[in-house]
Amino acid sequence: MAGAENNISFHAMFHIKGGNFTDAGSISSQVKKFLKGAGFSSGVIRRTSIATFEAEMNVICYADRGNLSLFIAPNFLKVVVEDEGIGIPDVNLAMREGYSTANEKIHEMGFGAGMGLSNIKKNTDEMILTSKFGQGTHLEFVISLEGKDRLVPLFSTRE
Amino acid sequence: MTVLDIINSFGLKIRAGKNQLNEEVTGGYAGDLLSDVIAHSRKGNIWVTIQTHPNIVAVAAMKELAGIILTGGREPDSDTLQKAEEEGIPILVSPLFTFELVGKLYQMGISGMGEC
Repeated sequence: MAGAENNISFHAMFHIKGGNFTDAGSISSQVKKFLKGAGFSSGVIRRTSIATFEAEMNVICYADRGNLSLFIAPNFLKVVVEDEGIGIPDVNLAMREGYSTANEKIHEMGFGAGMGLSNIKKNTDEMILTSKFGQGTHLEFVISLEGKDRLVPLFSTRE
Repeated sequence: MTVLDIINSFGLKIRAGKNQLNEEVTGGYAGDLLSDVIAHSRKGNIWVTIQTHPNIVAVAAMKELAGIILTGGREPDSDTLQKAEEEGIPILVSPLFTFELVGKLYQMGISGMGEC
């Protein structure tokens, strides 16, 4: 998977609290604001927002806590979400649309449709999902940058 | 047909986004599961739902929807209103239940998204 760390021009990390529905969506909202401010195209912003939102909600719904890291490189954006919690016993099953382990509270809010992971897959160019049942889950996805979007990291402020 | 046309046709009440009502409506989507709406709605759609929490605004902004109509007399949470104003997403309310409201929108010419 793409990820030559020495090409990264920007990196930020956010903490996600499991079960924190009050602030749900705040991390993906911050990521979106940053990408918009940096000047990425609406397509890249939309795809990254959707994938980040779904990833954030998965940590809130199903894990104890997690970290979401955003990396910006000349040719791609990469998001890594590492969480601690029960993990996923069967990743292939989890990827299946409609499969959900959500409880009643999650369903009442309209989450737990069993489509989050497939929404991430549909909106990204590469995706890796691994899990250790009883420990936690690791998710990475990449959105390739084309055309004008490739110029954005060159002019972004280095952090 | 714009969001304002829909508001006027049904006497919907505006709760947020009164400066964004001239958006052209491209169609409609009804759904209360957020990931389902994320997967299947299209830019410019009017979204009919019973969900009232702030994440509906995040979804509408992500998918560039024309607006959200809450049905069954529901009102948006105060956090939802604040977020809607920040993001510029119209939130409208109707006393009609979803089935009836969608039926009337359809009769008006607002079509659905067809098959998945």
